[in-house]
Amino acid sequence: MQNPSPTPTGEAAPSPSRWARFLDSDLFFAFKTSPVAIASFILSVVMIAAALLAPLLATQDPFNPAVLNLMEGLTPPGVTNEFTNKSFLFGTDPQGRDMYSAVLYGTRVSLLVGAASVVFSAGLGVVLGLMAGYLGGKTEALIMRIADIQLSFPAILIALLVFGVARGIIPPAQQEEATLILLILAIGLSNWAQYARTVRGSTLIEKNKEYVQAARVIGRSPFLIMLKHILPNVMGPVTVIATINLALAIIEEATLSFLGVGMPPTQPSLGTLIRIGQQFLFSGEWWILFFPAITLIILALAINLLGDWLRDALNPRLQ
Amino acid sequence: MFAYAIRSLAQGLLVLVAVAFISFSMFRFVGDPVANMVGQEASVQDRQELAERLGLTDPWPVQFARFMGNAVKGEFGVSYRQGRKVSDLIKERLPATVELAVLSAAFATLFGVLFGVYAAINRTGLGSNIIMTGSLVGVSLPTFLIGIGLIFIFSVELRWLPSFGRGETVKLGWWTTGLLTESGRKSLILPVLTLGFFQLTLIMRLVRAEMLEVMRADFIRFARARGIPERAIQLRHALRNTLVPVVTIAGLQLGSVIAFAIVTETVFQWPGLGALFVNAVQFADVPVMAAYLMFVAAVFVVVNLTVDLLYFLLDPRLRSGAKIAKGH
Amino acid sequence: MTKNNNASGPVLSVSDLSLEFVTRRGVLKALDRVSFDIARGEVLGVVGESGAGKSLTGSAIIGLIEKPGRLSGGEVRLNGERIDNLSPEAMRKIRGRKIGMIFQDPLTSLNPLFRVGDQIAETVMAHMNVSRAEARARALALLTEVGIPAPESRIDAYPHEFSGGMRQRVVISLALAAEPDLIIADEPTTALDVSVQAQIITLLKRLCRERGTSVMLITHDMGVIAETADRVAVMYAGRVAEIGPVADVIRNPQHPYAAGLMGAIPALKKNVGRLAQISGSMPRLNAIPPGCAFRPRCPKAFDRCAAERPDLMQAGKSRAACWLVDQGVPA
Repeated sequence: MQNPSPTPTGEAAPSPSRWARFLDSDLFFAFKTSPVAIASFILSVVMIAAALLAPLLATQDPFNPAVLNLMEGLTPPGVTNEFTNKSFLFGTDPQGRDMYSAVLYGTRVSLLVGAASVVFSAGLGVVLGLMAGYLGGKTEALIMRIADIQLSFPAILIALLVFGVARGIIPPAQQEEATLILLILAIGLSNWAQYARTVRGSTLIEKNKEYVQAARVIGRSPFLIMLKHILPNVMGPVTVIATINLALAIIEEATLSFLGVGMPPTQPSLGTLIRIGQQFLFSGEWWILFFPAITLIILALAINLLGDWLRDALNPRLQ
Repeated sequence: MFAYAIRSLAQGLLVLVAVAFISFSMFRFVGDPVANMVGQEASVQDRQELAERLGLTDPWPVQFARFMGNAVKGEFGVSYRQGRKVSDLIKERLPATVELAVLSAAFATLFGVLFGVYAAINRTGLGSNIIMTGSLVGVSLPTFLIGIGLIFIFSVELRWLPSFGRGETVKLGWWTTGLLTESGRKSLILPVLTLGFFQLTLIMRLVRAEMLEVMRADFIRFARARGIPERAIQLRHALRNTLVPVVTIAGLQLGSVIAFAIVTETVFQWPGLGALFVNAVQFADVPVMAAYLMFVAAVFVVVNLTVDLLYFLLDPRLRSGAKIAKGH
Repeated sequence: MTKNNNASGPVLSVSDLSLEFVTRRGVLKALDRVSFDIARGEVLGVVGESGAGKSLTGSAIIGLIEKPGRLSGGEVRLNGERIDNLSPEAMRKIRGRKIGMIFQDPLTSLNPLFRVGDQIAETVMAHMNVSRAEARARALALLTEVGIPAPESRIDAYPHEFSGGMRQRVVISLALAAEPDLIIADEPTTALDVSVQAQIITLLKRLCRERGTSVMLITHDMGVIAETADRVAVMYAGRVAEIGPVADVIRNPQHPYAAGLMGAIPALKKNVGRLAQISGSMPRLNAIPPGCAFRPRCPKAFDRCAAERPDLMQAGKSRAACWLVDQGVPA
């Protein structure tokens, strides 16, 4: 793909001419004329921005016990607390934690884990795919076999296994600190195969082209030259897979945290907040569960819709 | 046909051996099996003796062979955490998971195909737009939130259905079933909907996409040119051809329902294998994790084999190919 | 040739048929005022390069135009009655019953998952009020007639169990299943082995002659046309360039494009110095020049060709859309 695609971060193109070319492209035309694409793009950008700016937007640091006031506990959303006369947009939890701030910080953690694991799995997948396609033979067979196995088991099962194994290896004292890294690894390791397959396919095509043979003849590394030609070719599909996988990774992280094997309550993601909020489902304090849940749904849906649209826009055959 | 089945079986066994090796590595390298079995105060000599008794001093291929032998017999040792035989734990919890998974799979397949066909035939109608949008929302909704949402509506607000457990169960030999009591059946509804929903949306999208593809085929055009009524073209010609690839992919998806049950079982406190596994992960209970992994792999292989054979029955091209091979 | 108002008029009469594709980049004219008749029992050959609109004409007649395409003018009459504006259900009853169709590739034309006998019986039952057993008996008779050996055992075979030639015989039996008045055969031999092409053409011709069925034979093979057709229509860029009795068009083509095509048949010329070749290629749909579409490639083009579009004009026994044959009286 020649055109820079609208990434959720909405980066500005480096030079005006490229920007102008982008505005004129078919991709941008398709974007302009799709209300779903525009809406999901704006939603994604707003939520990502809110997460990045959480310390500025939050009314308190929800995980600093010193600022919490127990008197403000379980205040419903929009209601003025009878003791302190303060009101909270999303209400508070039993410790008097402002749910609005908690959701902002939770979104931040969810996005961080999601994005980092996508970068990790995309990197791993691209490298393994290149190796499989370029080296061929036993390496290829081995890599693709492992990819097959990864694809045939649900990601959540693989992530849980990686997590369980890590729990057995890492000393208990360091486990909580390591959770973030562990989650990224576990989610990344359960999602790389799709990238590897795509990249391997492109590599096999490029490998037989004349310029690769030519590179060999003049004694330059065909691998490096191929890399230059393959990466631009696979950027389109890889971007699509990565966008859709970002939504999946966020859901996967939320699920792991919900199951109690993810982020700890001291550094909660949206999934952890939902796990905590679930306990209040029967006692009527619905807001403790509702706001993290609706945020997670909107976040996942917006990114998913964007990815779905991007796939259709870059792949005219499917339209 | 026979050669085909044998080849599928061989591939399945290969996967099993690979997974067994992963399980074995977990046993061998995660934590210290000896430390998990003896107390803190055991002497070095005691430990050494136990290690030898357990065969941990043997070369690893020997250990792996022993592990495989035990795995075939269903023996995975004793749970670190619960102190009971893993095989007993699994046997006890198997019925709950199987009932949940089979019903969810049936629910997902039935409605997935139904909605998928509808959305493919009425491509631009309001109904199919609703179905397609709903399916996209469905794909974005984490399973546990669907479960929580259903609990909120049907247990908290309406108070129609229970929110946790299996209800009353009836023993049939070693098997326990919730299908024979009213509370058992009521308890199944929400977990089945929760577990089946994601698969339903997947199968539905797959059926729709596949059917739209088939509707572009030449033989559909030729059927139209022969004046076959449109309904017959859609429901006989196109559907039959749609189902061949759908069976493969949907079948594989359904095989993973067992594994997806992990989340649903946690939400509904369902006393099944998935909940057992999540507990094991939290406490690094390696024997339970290893046994569960082997169990899922075995289910996966059996489902794969079944799907292969089904594919064979559905597509005459494969059938006669084998006939020729046998010297027809 | 018989005229339109004759009592035993033509089976099929196409007049000024136009078809366009509506795309984001504008409207493309794929068929532009195509007119021709097919008489009862007649074989009309339709030739032209790929993209000339031969197959589209066939699809338009039978009412199977794919989505961005639409009829934009003209009419199609079957046995004197208009069929281009019928309801989908009325058109379905004509397809197979009145007009049969044969496609290029017999392998992809047949549903791979259904027995051939069932596919024939299904067609029979879609159009005739017969029982399942009668339909099956008819399927057996048809398979026998198209020369499938041991039809009693082959009736329950699947399409992939037949060879390419046998498969096309099955397709022919399907097209004839409900005794249509007209068969549109779209490149019926292109996908077949050279050795069986002649057999299939002979079979098709014999079956249609026996039943008095008319045939519209679409092909790019002038050899097949020369042996099979009574008349031939030469198409170029969505228009009919020349139409007339086969012998006349081959020996004495009036349109320079037809002349070029005939020049490319080696066997028909006595001393083959070198095969004549038409230079250039057919214009794309979005770049059809004004006036005569063939003008940019035409060796004999003159001023008028660029200014005005020629309609079909009588030239001997044929009619050609070329200003060269203009005798001041449009046919």
